[in-house]
Amino acid sequence: MSALPWLHPDRVALLEAALRQRILILDGGMGTMLQGHQLDEAGFRGERFVEGHDSTHAHHHDHPGSCDLKGNNDLLTLTKPAIIRGVHEAYLEAGADLVETNTFNSTRISQADYHLEHLAHELNLEGARLARAACDMYTAKTPDQPRFVIGVLGPTSRTASLSPDVNDPGFRNVTFEELAANYTEAASGLIDGGADLIMVETIFDTLNAKAALFALSELFHQRGVRVPVMISGTITDRSGRTLSGQTAEAFYYSVRHARPLTVGLNCALGAADLRPHVQTLANVADCFVSTHPNAGLPNAFGEYDETPEQMASVIGSFARDGLLNLVGGCCGTTPAHIKAIADAVRNCAPRALPSAHQEAA
Amino acid sequence: MSFTPHTRLSGLEPLVITPDLLFVNVGERTNVTGSAQFKKLIKEERYEEAVEVARQQVANGAQIIDVNMDEGLIDSEAAMTRYLNLIAAEPDIARVPVMVDSSKWTVIEAGLRCLQGKGIVNSISMKEGEETFLEHARKVQQYGAAVVVMAFDEQGQADTCARKVDICSRAYELLTTRLDFLPEDIIFDPNIFAIATGIEEHNNYAVDFIEATRELKRRFPFSHISGGVSNVSFSFRGNNTVREAIHSVFLYHAIKAGMDMGIVNAGALMIYDDVPEELRERVEDVVLNRRADATERLLEIAEKFKAKKGEVVVENFAWREKSVRDRLSHALVHGIDQFVETDTEEARQLSTRPLDVIEGPLMDGMNVVGDLFGAGKMFLPQVVKSARVMKKAVAYLLPYIEEEKLRTGDVGKNNGTIVMATVKGDVHDIGKNIVGVVLRCNNFEVIDLGVMVPAQKILDTAREHKADIIGLSGLITPSLEEMSQVAREMQRQDFHIPLLIGGATTSRAHTALKIEPHYKSPTVWVKDASRAVGVAQSLVSKDLVDAFMTKIRAEYAEVRERHRNRGPGKQLVSLEKARSQRFTCDWANYEPPQPNQPGITVFDAYDLAELSSYIDWSPFFNAWELAGHYPAILQDAIVGTQASELFRDAQDMLDRIIKEKWLTARGVIGFWPAAQIGDDTEVYAADGKKLAVLHHLRQQVDKPMERPDFSLADFIAPKDAGKPDWIGGFAVTSGIGIEEHVARFEAAHDDYSSILLKALADRLAEAFAERMHERVRREFWGYVPDETLDNEALIHEKYCGIRPAPGYPACPDHTEKATLFKLLDAPRNTGIELTEGFAMYPTAAVSGWYFSHPESQYFVVGRLTREQVEDYAKRKGWTREEAERWLAPNLDYDPD
Repeated sequence: MSALPWLHPDRVALLEAALRQRILILDGGMGTMLQGHQLDEAGFRGERFVEGHDSTHAHHHDHPGSCDLKGNNDLLTLTKPAIIRGVHEAYLEAGADLVETNTFNSTRISQADYHLEHLAHELNLEGARLARAACDMYTAKTPDQPRFVIGVLGPTSRTASLSPDVNDPGFRNVTFEELAANYTEAASGLIDGGADLIMVETIFDTLNAKAALFALSELFHQRGVRVPVMISGTITDRSGRTLSGQTAEAFYYSVRHARPLTVGLNCALGAADLRPHVQTLANVADCFVSTHPNAGLPNAFGEYDETPEQMASVIGSFARDGLLNLVGGCCGTTPAHIKAIADAVRNCAPRALPSAHQEAA
Repeated sequence: MSFTPHTRLSGLEPLVITPDLLFVNVGERTNVTGSAQFKKLIKEERYEEAVEVARQQVANGAQIIDVNMDEGLIDSEAAMTRYLNLIAAEPDIARVPVMVDSSKWTVIEAGLRCLQGKGIVNSISMKEGEETFLEHARKVQQYGAAVVVMAFDEQGQADTCARKVDICSRAYELLTTRLDFLPEDIIFDPNIFAIATGIEEHNNYAVDFIEATRELKRRFPFSHISGGVSNVSFSFRGNNTVREAIHSVFLYHAIKAGMDMGIVNAGALMIYDDVPEELRERVEDVVLNRRADATERLLEIAEKFKAKKGEVVVENFAWREKSVRDRLSHALVHGIDQFVETDTEEARQLSTRPLDVIEGPLMDGMNVVGDLFGAGKMFLPQVVKSARVMKKAVAYLLPYIEEEKLRTGDVGKNNGTIVMATVKGDVHDIGKNIVGVVLRCNNFEVIDLGVMVPAQKILDTAREHKADIIGLSGLITPSLEEMSQVAREMQRQDFHIPLLIGGATTSRAHTALKIEPHYKSPTVWVKDASRAVGVAQSLVSKDLVDAFMTKIRAEYAEVRERHRNRGPGKQLVSLEKARSQRFTCDWANYEPPQPNQPGITVFDAYDLAELSSYIDWSPFFNAWELAGHYPAILQDAIVGTQASELFRDAQDMLDRIIKEKWLTARGVIGFWPAAQIGDDTEVYAADGKKLAVLHHLRQQVDKPMERPDFSLADFIAPKDAGKPDWIGGFAVTSGIGIEEHVARFEAAHDDYSSILLKALADRLAEAFAERMHERVRREFWGYVPDETLDNEALIHEKYCGIRPAPGYPACPDHTEKATLFKLLDAPRNTGIELTEGFAMYPTAAVSGWYFSHPESQYFVVGRLTREQVEDYAKRKGWTREEAERWLAPNLDYDPD
């Protein structure tokens, strides 16, 4: 049987052609760029949320008063769209082939921290539209370098396979079904807003990711079409495991059923520390391999200080060794990092996909 | 690059089913329908004990665990969820994939929603028609699991070979054409039914299964064949010997036909060749349906093999009639240690030399084990049992071998001496013991230091015994770091003998990247016990070693090449900048406290009972890998029972240590005038004569200006401040006399008590240091005469002033201990000696400096630039290379 047809077959064809031809460039960190604008509480609230809650939301939420919204970066999609669009454009200008929507926390569970859970669909829809507009503008500018929108599904603030209560290892504060419902809502918004791909990223707990992949597959099944899926896990520290305890190889086997277009690793570590795990994925994955590391490890102030040159030199060696199909940056990276990375990998061949080898098992 | 379509499952770790696994054991004991004991635990909600069942299954070699909660009186969905969530929190269980087993789809779905790894669904079938089958299969795909397809359709369960093959083939067709199921994710269960039931139609069931297996494997080579093995012998329930014989014969033929997975009791498989001849023949007649009267003929003799009431394991003592050589072989193959000493003694009396027993019958027996294992007739858990028997036999012979050596002076006969240990922090030793046995079989002398062995002990032992090789083992991930630490120590302490690395989490890549670069002499990763002999022989042979190491080194260099180009880490600041940011205070308005009792004070035979109330028990439990804080740990839901038991044993032993004076505590403290000179501290005698210079290292962390980059020197008033200040020092031990008791336990093969004693001695030494520091603050230095802190507050370092120990984070250079010991005359005053690596012996010892400054605090020096290392070397009178060797773990750069 053949899989469901693509929602945008022409764009997928362009993307796959580009992937076979060269290493594609993902964008860099959103948070770092937003910090530069030094927005205050009023800046985050904009007009619509001037009272600290949604003035257009008819059914007044059970939370009566106002709520601090500073730090809710995803809300800027609605209150400061020009800034978000500006970040996308800066990365596209730096050479990114794909930009990630500003929707890392745009799930019901994560927005509930701000009593804005009703915005989940809207944040994803608008987030995808902003990135779509920026990509379309650059695709028009550089038709030989088509640009793509990655709709981002973040990990949420809860973990499905870890207990938050040390005294009760069997306890869970979120269920698979809740997570799947959250992700269905978010992914619908992303697809409706024009995302070319969906990326489940910064996966601390593979069970959360499996709920997202389950939701995506149900959504595709209902709609009768699908979009390519990217999966990116997070090795949380030098133990070489995810927060939920899996090795990179075990992680890949746990998500491989989604037939992702790409699998990779992002966040938590700098490129140098990620290398052995990216190598593991490059060895075992039968899909494309991506990575978007942090700009090193945070310093005493929680800032990342690996320079574009330092990061590009490490990434360059990944690329020369044939580990990569897509590469970009996560926390602490800027358009300067992305440009340096793009320059460093420009002349490197992308990792070749393994071909199925038919021999009796 | 290419990949083969192997089934790729995962728990926390991957399980790739490759042909060389031969047969995948799925643990069956966590199944309420198959285990009355497990059912009882679940029904009574004794989940803690139920989790232990899974742990045992994995420890016994189950590569996947089957979990089934199908029982009328249990809320199966809730039980499945609760149980899977609980085992998810146990890394030594969760490392393997889970098989979610239920005949109810809702229970399966509840289970799938708990699995972060890729597990297996057991099972789905076409009994409710193709559409339901496909709907369930699609869900299985969405949840990311492999699937067991039962040979069951609208007409019922398939019993004949033809129907089994037809139904499975139809299912395969549906799964791969209507859906895009991967062939390797399909596992057929062609139904194992009971045979020898007395009903004629049942006689061919095993043959039907075996033949269906053969055909299915031919048609679908990437898929697997599995089944619940214990069903086949159901009619012989109550007669475990015959049941196990039937399982063994059935598996032997089914595996040959292509069965490559099975739900079995991993710990209790009988070996095909071991089934008594008479029984085997009749069982084979039944399994293969070779004659019409097969069942009656098996029944005729079955009673003879039945265990007597109350007997759990069936024993047939016929083998006791055989020759001693055969008996030893039998004991090894069956893992029976009951008679091993008697038999070994008998064999010894028949031999010229005690070593002949090892080289003869014992090695022959182990060879049989190896052959059976290689031929798929024996499984790993059984090999482990064999190894235990071997260990006992060798232990029995060792004194005779030693005696023989003394008498003949014949010490050079063995192939070489290998010191082996499971590294610090790790208690897993099965693999190591097997390697030890195999090496001993091949005439290596193996000195096995056991588990949780500190690096220094391994190295000291190797020195002492002039070992030819050191072998390190470990199973848990933190052991990897400890192994590189041992390698660094070997280099630092100028070792030249080969280092072998082995254990479940080790790998060629880790060895090449993280261990070999730290040690210049041969460093070799040993994949498993079977390679250990070859590697060891190559390394001790003058003819082979060079070529062997050239090959290994090239391999590792290649691995490193592939992993090269490590990026720069966090940047450090210059030494000048760090010094400009030193900790300082208003010295002009600070009055350093004068000690009440300057000079040296010695304590002989300090009261252990007094010290015992100062014990910080949390690290004691951590040493035994029981995570948690005392006293809460005693009530802990997971480890509470074990912790309480251990604590009881510890208390009992502690009482005896105190009452029977097993240990003697000795200590010394001293206070001297001191002054800060740059990053050093000058120490003076009462008459002002300079006694020593203490060298300290400084943090070089990029911090905001208001947060100092500390050095211990900062806490003593600068010389030019004109404020006479003081420094103190101490060395205490509670380990005097421990050796005879450790030896006593080890002689009795009582590792538990031996480790317990060592751990208690360590705790007492720490308690001694804590108590002494308290008395220093209140009496001997007396700068806080009215301090009242309880033990909890002491543990949390709520006190004023610090007692940092050389070799620890604030002063990582161990060599400073030499100065401390000289100032205290510690060896004479306490009996503590420093090893050449500046480790203290007895190991239950603590030493350090006392600082009284109210703002003095513990800190971590962390990484150092070459600039500071050069500066430090100059101050210490070292070359830079010497400094780099002693400070290796702290270097922020690769030394030349």
